[in-house]
Amino acid sequence: MRHLAWLYLTLAYGFIFLPVAVLVLFSFQGSRLPVPPFNGPTLKWYAQVLGDRDLMAALANSALVALVSSAIALLLGFLAAQGLARYRLPGSALLRGVLIAPMTVSYLIIALGLLSVFNGLGIRPSLWATGVGHVVINLPLCFAILYAAMGDHQKNAERAARDLGACEWQVLRLVTAPMLAAPMAAAFFLSVTFSWDEFIIAFLLTRFEVTLPVELWSMLRSGLSPATNAIGSLVFLVSIAVVIALELTVFRKARR
Amino acid sequence: MTAAVSIQNIRQVFGSYTALQGVSLEIAAGEFTVLLGPSGCGKTTLLSVLGGFVTPTSGKVMIGGRDMTQVPPKDRPTTTMFQDYALFPHMTLAENVGFGLRMRGQGRAQRRARAEAMLAMVGLEDKAERRPHELSGGQRQRVALARALAVEPDVLLLDEPLGALDLKLRRQMQDELKAIQRRVGTTFVHVTHDQEEAMAIADRIVVMNAGRIEDVGSPQDIYLTPRSLFSASFMGEINRIPATGRGDRVETPLGALPLAGQGDLMLCLRPENIGAEGALPLGEARLVDSAFFGTHHRCHFAPLAAPDLRLVAHLPQSAHPEPGSVMALFARAPVLLPKEPA
Repeated sequence: MRHLAWLYLTLAYGFIFLPVAVLVLFSFQGSRLPVPPFNGPTLKWYAQVLGDRDLMAALANSALVALVSSAIALLLGFLAAQGLARYRLPGSALLRGVLIAPMTVSYLIIALGLLSVFNGLGIRPSLWATGVGHVVINLPLCFAILYAAMGDHQKNAERAARDLGACEWQVLRLVTAPMLAAPMAAAFFLSVTFSWDEFIIAFLLTRFEVTLPVELWSMLRSGLSPATNAIGSLVFLVSIAVVIALELTVFRKARR
Repeated sequence: MTAAVSIQNIRQVFGSYTALQGVSLEIAAGEFTVLLGPSGCGKTTLLSVLGGFVTPTSGKVMIGGRDMTQVPPKDRPTTTMFQDYALFPHMTLAENVGFGLRMRGQGRAQRRARAEAMLAMVGLEDKAERRPHELSGGQRQRVALARALAVEPDVLLLDEPLGALDLKLRRQMQDELKAIQRRVGTTFVHVTHDQEEAMAIADRIVVMNAGRIEDVGSPQDIYLTPRSLFSASFMGEINRIPATGRGDRVETPLGALPLAGQGDLMLCLRPENIGAEGALPLGEARLVDSAFFGTHHRCHFAPLAAPDLRLVAHLPQSAHPEPGSVMALFARAPVLLPKEPA
């Protein structure tokens, strides 16, 4: 029974991580094709990738879009959650539903919608357009996380702050936001990883200043190479690092 | 600092529910007033009206002679000590206590000095750098008090602040609250449903019921000469004997008693005011049962004149009540109140 359990565990994790493991393994491939047999290891593909100016530009673009769009999504999500949690508005439930609804819509549909809206407005595909798209997909996430974290505890502290002479923006800045530090960090870092990995919106809404997943895609079209594996590994490494950092700091603290 | 409070004909309606039905009350500067009543009597609503968290449907609130009815909480000369303390968990105690001063634009050093002085006043000067979650309930209580008093409000509002503490700590905090109020001289308005707490701390008790003020007076006045049956029974156990006034005497099931009164009345006697001595003879009664409570014997008597009636009396510690025995009962401090419409 015990052995069966271990076997099951190994199979389950193998199923999840085998593709990534193969990707990472063949980024160290010695020959020109990332297919068996493995003959390596070598770091030359990483050297090539890190020396490639286009790739590094794409990496910087990705980081910029991820950080800026996540910050905007977090700010908007926070304000929306605060408004809907604190005040009785006509149709609150409907407003909440409509805010969260984009989570259920495929990124492809959102990208197509944005593309036609931007065309209609005469806005050219650009990094900024991609950023707007990422705010659209991450705002519902930030809103949902922060709305769920708001409780009576905060409400009472806010009341006390007003009683002691704080005006509304001071209440938000000095009491509400700091008390939500952990869920805010969680929402922000999750948004960063989603934006970092996102392909379809970035693909449809950028033209010259592309993000890393789009750059990876254009490299793949000219055939398989261990270099693409190396980029993929780097992207994966960043995502995993953010999630682990999040787990170690925010979630551990929240559980205490 | 301190100020008088004038509450003028406040009505508060929430949808179809009327929480306050035209309440008027004058509170002197520096007075310790307790709003006492059962839950749902409107006492907390009245406190919220004073603090500015609720704008009354009609009526006026004057603090220090200025109309405050429409003024938001942040601009009022009041602060509140909340039921759940509502401390800021992400700030140290010094930052918590200095928060109100920060909102008033005071500099860091000045705030710090004042916060330390306030923490010293409540005996927590060595914990300025701690955070609220490291404290016990009673300590958080003190921080909340220090925070509310740090800005030198004219009026401090206390919303059942001792409700969550155990009995011993509650008694201790009652004494401290009263001592601190004497020292700072601020007008305190304190809400509670515990009549012992009210008597322990109040200069003046305001008994409330169903959105109205039933009775106002010093603890002695309210306890010994209540002005309504509600107030009489809310302040402690009481025997009620129906009586009909005939001018210079009243007819009761115990017989005619030499008390002046007219119409349908209720004779109210506290258990500790019934015993073997007193100015008002109640006739003979048979002891049904008794129990020893330490400070007294709690006894049930059936008067011979009205065997179905039960009188509760507290006999002195030294008495030796024998169930079944008959003794002559006397009463002190009788109170005659108009019978309330059922």
